[in-house]
Formats: sequence, C-alpha cells, structure tokens
Amino acid sequence: MEALPGRARALVAGVALTGLLCLLPLPGVGAPWRAVALLAALYGGCECLARSRLVGTPHPGGTFYPVLLAGAFLLPAPAAALAALPGALLVPVARRPYPARRLWRAGRLVLAVWAASRVHRATGGRDAVADCDVPLALGTAGAAVLVFCLVLTLLDGALLALTAGPPLRGGGRAAGPAAWWRLFLRSLAPITVHGLAGLMMALLWRSPYGPVAALLVLLPMGVSWWAFAQYHRERAAHRATIRALVQAVDIKDGYTRGHSERVGQASMMIARELGMDEERVEVLRFAGILHDVGKLGVPTRLLTKDGPLTPEERRVIELHPEYGHEMVRGISFLGEARAAVLHHHERLDGTGYPYGLAGGQIPESARVVAVADAFDAMTSTRSYSRARPVPVALKELQRCAGTHFDPRMVAALVRVIGRVGWHPAVTADDVRSRVLPAPAAPVTDRPGARR
Amino acid sequence: MRPGLHTLVHTCAAVLAAGSLGTTLHHGVEERGTALAFGVLVAVGELTRRNGTRIRQAAPLAAAGSLSYALLGEAGGRPTHHGAAQVVTVVLAASLLGSVPHVGRGHGPVLDPLARRVLTVGFVAVCFQSPYGQGTFDDWSGPAHALLLLALLSLTALCDAVLAAALARSRTGWPFLPMLRDELRAVPGIGAAVVATSAVMALGVAVAGLWALPVLSVPLLLAQLSYRRYAAVRATYRQTIASLARATEVAGYTPAGHAHRVAALSQAVGRDLGLTEPELTVLEYAALMHDIGQLSLVDPVPAGATAGLPVTEQRRIALLGGAVVRQTGVDPRVARIVERQADPYREQPLAARIVRVVNAYEEKSREGGPGGPLTALEELRLATAGEYAPEVVEALARVLSRDTEVVRAYGS
Repeated sequence: MEALPGRARALVAGVALTGLLCLLPLPGVGAPWRAVALLAALYGGCECLARSRLVGTPHPGGTFYPVLLAGAFLLPAPAAALAALPGALLVPVARRPYPARRLWRAGRLVLAVWAASRVHRATGGRDAVADCDVPLALGTAGAAVLVFCLVLTLLDGALLALTAGPPLRGGGRAAGPAAWWRLFLRSLAPITVHGLAGLMMALLWRSPYGPVAALLVLLPMGVSWWAFAQYHRERAAHRATIRALVQAVDIKDGYTRGHSERVGQASMMIARELGMDEERVEVLRFAGILHDVGKLGVPTRLLTKDGPLTPEERRVIELHPEYGHEMVRGISFLGEARAAVLHHHERLDGTGYPYGLAGGQIPESARVVAVADAFDAMTSTRSYSRARPVPVALKELQRCAGTHFDPRMVAALVRVIGRVGWHPAVTADDVRSRVLPAPAAPVTDRPGARR
Repeated sequence: MRPGLHTLVHTCAAVLAAGSLGTTLHHGVEERGTALAFGVLVAVGELTRRNGTRIRQAAPLAAAGSLSYALLGEAGGRPTHHGAAQVVTVVLAASLLGSVPHVGRGHGPVLDPLARRVLTVGFVAVCFQSPYGQGTFDDWSGPAHALLLLALLSLTALCDAVLAAALARSRTGWPFLPMLRDELRAVPGIGAAVVATSAVMALGVAVAGLWALPVLSVPLLLAQLSYRRYAAVRATYRQTIASLARATEVAGYTPAGHAHRVAALSQAVGRDLGLTEPELTVLEYAALMHDIGQLSLVDPVPAGATAGLPVTEQRRIALLGGAVVRQTGVDPRVARIVERQADPYREQPLAARIVRVVNAYEEKSREGGPGGPLTALEELRLATAGEYAPEVVEALARVLSRDTEVVRAYGS
C-alpha cells in the first residue's frame, strides 16, 4: 500500500469530506464543551498508551471504542463525532502514506460515531440513559452498536476492495457477500463488549458520581488488553524457541540446513490443499519443522560421515524418529505433530521404520510429512546427490505413490505446486549466513566413550 | 518458620463466619433479591475458577462481586439495609456453593483463598457498612463517594497481599519479603481490574439497579480469559524449554533427568535466597539449558559431568551454550547466566552461582552412590574458596535439610 490507487484516494477524500459535513452543524447544537474535551483527551490519551512500549497492543487502533461509544450515547451526534477527531488525527500511524492514513482513520471514525449517535438518539436512547431505564438503554445501545459496526465494515471493505482486491486473506476463495458478512461478524463481538462498557460509562457519567466513576469502567478493559498483548509477545517468543530446537539440528548436520523449514512449508501447503482447518495446518507445519529433531541424538560423526554407512551405523541413524518423539512428547500443544515425528519414515506398504506400520495404521500427519520430507530431499543438494528439478521430483513421488507414499498427499502436493509453484522461504544459502557455533573438537581423549 | 500462622488465620475466618451466620439467622435476610443476585454472581465467579494456573487472582469475578456487595449502599436509587454480617454470610454461602463442582472433581475447596476472601470481605464490610448505616459518609457524596470506595478497596488489596504472602510463608517456609513483592506485583494488573470492577459495580448498581451486574461482569471475564491464555502460553513455553533441555539427554551427553533435577533444586535454592518470581523463571530456564553447550561437542563428556573438567574447558562449553541459548530467542538474561556458569563465583551473578553449585552437587551426589549427597555437600563446602559461593552452598544445605517436598521430587 505504498502508493494508493486513484480510486482509493477518491474514497479517502470522500469519506473525509462527509466527515467534515457531519461536523458542520456543531456550533448550533449547544454541545457540552467540557464533556467533549474530556472525552477527546481521554480517547487520545488511551490510544497513545495502547501504542506505547508499556502495553504494545498487537493490533493497535480501535482498542478504545468504549470512550467513543460513551460519547455517542451522551452527546449530540456532531459533538460525539468531534470527540473522536483529535485522537484519530494526532496518534502516529505505523506505515506510509502517513497523511492519507490519518485522514482515513479520522474520517471513518467520525462517520461511524456520528451514525451511531444519530441512531441512538432516534430510537430514544438519550432519555433512556437520562432516566436510567436499563432495558431500553440496552436495546438502543445495541442498535447503535450495530450501526457503528456496519459503517466501519462497509468503509473498511470498500477500501480493501479498492486497494487489494477481495477483503479477506483467503485470497479469492470467498469473495462477495459472504466475505463482507464474515468481516462484519468478526468485528461485531468485540464491538458489542465495547458497547456494553460504553453504555455503563454513559450511565455513570450522568449519575451523581460523575466522570470519575465512568473512568473506572475502562480499567478492566485496559488490563485485559495488556494481558492480551503479553500473550502475543510470549507466543512469538515461543515460536522462536521452536525454531531453535531445529537449529540445534543444524549444528550437527551441515548438509540439511533449511531442510526443516522447507519441509514445514511443504507440509503446510499439502494440509491446506486437503482442506484442513487452520489450527491443524499450523500443527502440521510444526510437524514438518520438527520431524528431524531426533537427529540431535545421533552421534555427529555418523551424520557428517563421508562415504557409505555400515549396516550398524544405518541402524543407529534410523533411531532418530524415536529420539525425536522422546524429545517432543512433553510438548502438549504439538498434538498429532508428535505422532508425525515418530512415524515420518513409515511406508504405506509396511517396509518403513521404526514400527513397520502399513496403510491406515500410519497417522495422517505422518503421511503428510513423509511426502514433504521426500520432496525436499530430492529438490535440494545433499552430500550424496545433486538437487533434482521440481517436475522430476514430483514424477518420482507419483511413481512411489501407493507403495511408499499416500497417493492423496502426493496428489495434493502436485496440485498445489502446479497452481502456485514452489518458492521455499529458506534456502540452504540463506541459513548458512546465520549459523550457530561450529562443531567443536572433542574434549576428551576417549572418543565415543559412551556409545 | 511459623507453623501456627495459617491455623490462626483459618480460625479467625471461621469465627467471623460463624458470628456472621448467627447474626444473620437471628435477624433474617434483608433485601433478598439483591442478596440473591450478588450470591449468584459470586457463585458463577467461583465456578470459573481454575486452580493450578500460575495466576494470582484465580477467580476475579467472585472477588469483585463479593467486594462490591460489601460496598453497596444503594440499589437502583433506594438505600439498602444489609449489614456486614449478611455480606459475609452471603459471600461465604455463594463461594461454598460455587466450589461444589470443584469438590466433585476432587480438587476440594481451597481453604486459604476462602479464608482470605472471608477476612477481606469482612474487613471491607465492617469498614463501610457500619459507618454508612450511621450516616458517617453523608458528606461524601458524588465523586467523593467513588474516590472513598476506591481508597478503601486499594487499602484492602494491600492488606490482602500481605495476608497472602504471610499465608504462603507459613505454608512453605520461604522468605516473606520476596513473596510479598510478588504479591504486590500482581496488584497493578488483574488486582487493579478487580478493584475497579468492584467499585464500579457498587456504583453501577446504585445508579442502574441489578442490571449493572451482568453488564459489568463482561469486561472482567474478558480480562480473566486474556490472563488465562497468557498463562497457558507460558506453560507451553516452559514445556518447550524443558524439551529443548532434554536434547542433551536424548543425545546421550547427560544422564536422564539431570536438567530437570538441577532446575527444581535451583529454584528451591533461589527461593531460599529471596529471588522474586520473574527472576526464578529466568533461573529455571537457565538451569534447564545449562548443559546445552555440550550439543556443540563432537563427542560427549563422560557421564556429562562437567564439574570435573579443567576450568578452561568448562568455560568453553558454557560459552557455546550461551551462544545456542541466544539463538533461541529466550530472554537474553538466560543466555548470560548459561554463559557465566563456569566463572569464579566472585565474578558471577547470583543466578549463575546457584546453577553452578546445584549442578556440581547433582553430579557429585550421583557419582557418590548411597551417602553421596552428604559427601557432595562436604566437597562443595571445602571448595568454597574460589569456585562455589559459600552463601549458595549454605542455602543448598538449608533447602536439603528442610524442604522435604523438593527432596522427594529430587529423589524420584
């Protein structure tokens, strides 16, 4: 979105102009200026705080709708819209083009708050708030929240459609009314919670206890956002650590750099193609990333040995699925990925290892990873063979489908690569630039003492 | 160690509860509708309690509901007449009712939180309801009333933190001050959410009637959910680190369970030396991964016993380990501790001293067979001149002689 297309520019300008029109009747409505100033300062301050390092919300923007909605329930429509303006205009934006983004943020909020406030007023919400008639106030606030959410969805959807095609990440799978409907539903639940908090703020603001009591409503929401931000931070750190488990393999086995990441990517593509849900796709990506983690348990001199292996040495290397399973079985969130680590060398005809399972006895996750593993092994350079082109590798997989590999998984891989191609995110050369400490010399004069 | 303190607290709570129950039975229940609504709120809040997660406030909704009932002076514009005794009775009955499913699942009602709730709610109710009934707070109307509630609740939160730390100290024998610090650290987070929600619930019910209860519960439940997800991802992270640590065991570099035992014992020693919760987490991670540098070796050290190696070799392995840990994206403090675990103790941070001493103890006591632990401790004491920090060795001795739970986990 570095440069906005002309139609998007026109939309931003149009929204900003309409927003200005909403604010025009301001001098005539007799707005309570102190309340407007207080709400505007509150909204701006909260948004600044949400972006600070202290809180660091992962999805900044729109976190403090309760303040705006309380304004919509308390003030005349133009005044409520004005309260959103300073915060939306002044708080920094993260990406270019800065002025257009600020203008867009301000314009859409002003329109949404204005519309919500008008609807609230029209349904008689103002009297309900003043009389503390809670059931009626809940109904009118519900109507206002629906309109607020609808305006935001329409504007966002329109902008997305003008800049980046269909409004959802799915990429063409679900364009049209269904996508808009989903966009609406996804934002409705959080905005409803914001609306409840906003209504409580409005009721308390009008009560003898005044704005002080209203402020207290925001605190639990702020705390919950903080905890949510911490959750995201910790989750990112966790992902990084899982990658490290893999890099630990790279310390030992220089020839397979990047292999794990690529197998993860291929497993993910197969799983998506098979129509698995997002959570399972993610688990299968981890399964691919971690499938060779057991190689940590194999002596380094076997992994780096030049020349043919003796049967004895081959047996030791074939222990790595069991070693890997032993390591990851304590990580409960990996779920079926653990089975994939244990069984990714099983073959459909029962000639694989470690258990010689056949057909449907092999877990589905392991069948996915087996195909992805073989595909990457063929298309990347190893100590014993040069990389083969992708079509040749796919041919080879199709030849072995039914004996070694599950034909469903092979067909899915062929389909998805035929459609989007194979663009590995990490190639062997990328990884070499950020390698871990090289294997060090033995510290004892008894090599292999414990084997 | 004062074994009597938690018994004393439980007795006080029981006496307060019995007195309140008697008074309430004698006078009958005022405003049954309000009492029932708050009782349901507290019971529901108690139903959402999840024990075992490392969250300070395991049932925030129940806590907020009981505190707001204690601070309720009006409902829907009409003054209320329930006294402090009725508050304690309703809260106690609802809490017990809400923990029935937990008992059914075999967890049992946890006595310490229950006693704390009865005492704090009793404290707030006595401080607020009696003067309020006599008209002492009539001058404190409007915003001043809100601020009064806030001040009273903040005071209560501080008292509750002290009580919780004292109870934990009495149960476990760990030092009081670091535990108090840990309790107080939770006050700005979920503690503040509970305080704000209880104040705003009392005011909201005064303004809008009982409708305010469900509406105001939603943000707090949301906060509880966020905290729970945060705790869950932290638990997963711990599992992953422990698995990463087991890489050296699977690879045959260190004996099975070594990293786990060193981590458990290091935490106990760290606690004895007064480390706080975040420092203990860093210490645990560092202890779990202290041998990870051996993965970079082509051949394993015999039995993984690094304590017997020449000093330069130990340091080289420690530096390799630090480099691996740095790659993992774990807190950089963990990498620093792993790196410096082989330095002379005078140059080490405290956590690195602990890891060094406990690791050496673990290796030596394992080699020693029966009677090994005593000999190992003796060896460490004799070697304190340069390598092992004397205060850490003494803490280890204290932990081993006292903490039967750790020793049992350690032996199994």
